[in-house]
Amino acid sequence: MPQLTDLTVGDIVAERSVTLTRDSLVRYAGASGDFNPIHYRDDVAASVGLPGVLAHGMLTMGLAVQPVVDWAGDPARVVDYQVRFTRPVLVDPQHGAVVNVVAKVGALDVEASVARIDLTVSFDDATVLGKAQVRVRL
Amino acid sequence: MNPELLGRTFPPAPPYLVGREKVREFSRAVFATNPINLDVDAARAAGHADLVAPPTFAIVVQEITLAQLLAEEDSGIDFTRVVHGDQRFTTTRAIVAGDELTAQLAVTSVKTLGGHSMVTAESTITDAAGEHVVTAISTLVVRGDE
Repeated sequence: MPQLTDLTVGDIVAERSVTLTRDSLVRYAGASGDFNPIHYRDDVAASVGLPGVLAHGMLTMGLAVQPVVDWAGDPARVVDYQVRFTRPVLVDPQHGAVVNVVAKVGALDVEASVARIDLTVSFDDATVLGKAQVRVRL
Repeated sequence: MNPELLGRTFPPAPPYLVGREKVREFSRAVFATNPINLDVDAARAAGHADLVAPPTFAIVVQEITLAQLLAEEDSGIDFTRVVHGDQRFTTTRAIVAGDELTAQLAVTSVKTLGGHSMVTAESTITDAAGEHVVTAISTLVVRGDE
């Protein structure tokens, strides 16, 4: 397990690249119970004015924290996690979508033994989550 | 959107029993690779009673309460115009397989901003002993007419 005293604000603690396909969206729909058809039907997405099928925001949020979980060593160490959904992730039927995650130390609370890890989550060279912060008890 | 939604509390949703295979299914869906999410022996070796759910699993339980909100006849929320604005989970302890969770929703903010409306729904999730597990907070944006 990482030690709080070994960390410095600005350190990159984890990075990951995840390729989402339409299969990933169907799988997340089933696992989460969110069957909004804009996440798997091109015709429905087009009918509400979207440029294509989008990943569930909660799928992006859910996968973006995983590199932090692995760095911390235990999912139970995540005590707080928040994001703002700022841009959609369009998932091409053939090529999917590559989501990149960079996790950096944003702040350290030594008294509470909590590190705030800030996530930069991007797709197509633009960030898709704002104020993406994970608080991890170490 | 109906501004009178502010401060409204809802009856607790029916209890949700967290199944071990559901935790595995959800873990795979969010690309979790940590053995504590997937392997009972690894979870127990780390001191947990059973598989630990990923940090965003509470959305599954919160969803039941959001359905209550959208089903309110006087909500004035057009579901086809709803976009997820932001999400937060504030955790007292991780959810583990075998937990029986009860979620209760409160509407803590209703705002209108330039044609769009925003509602913040806070679901407090407790275990069978009545102890706090996690609070899930969602802001839903209802897009105005284009």
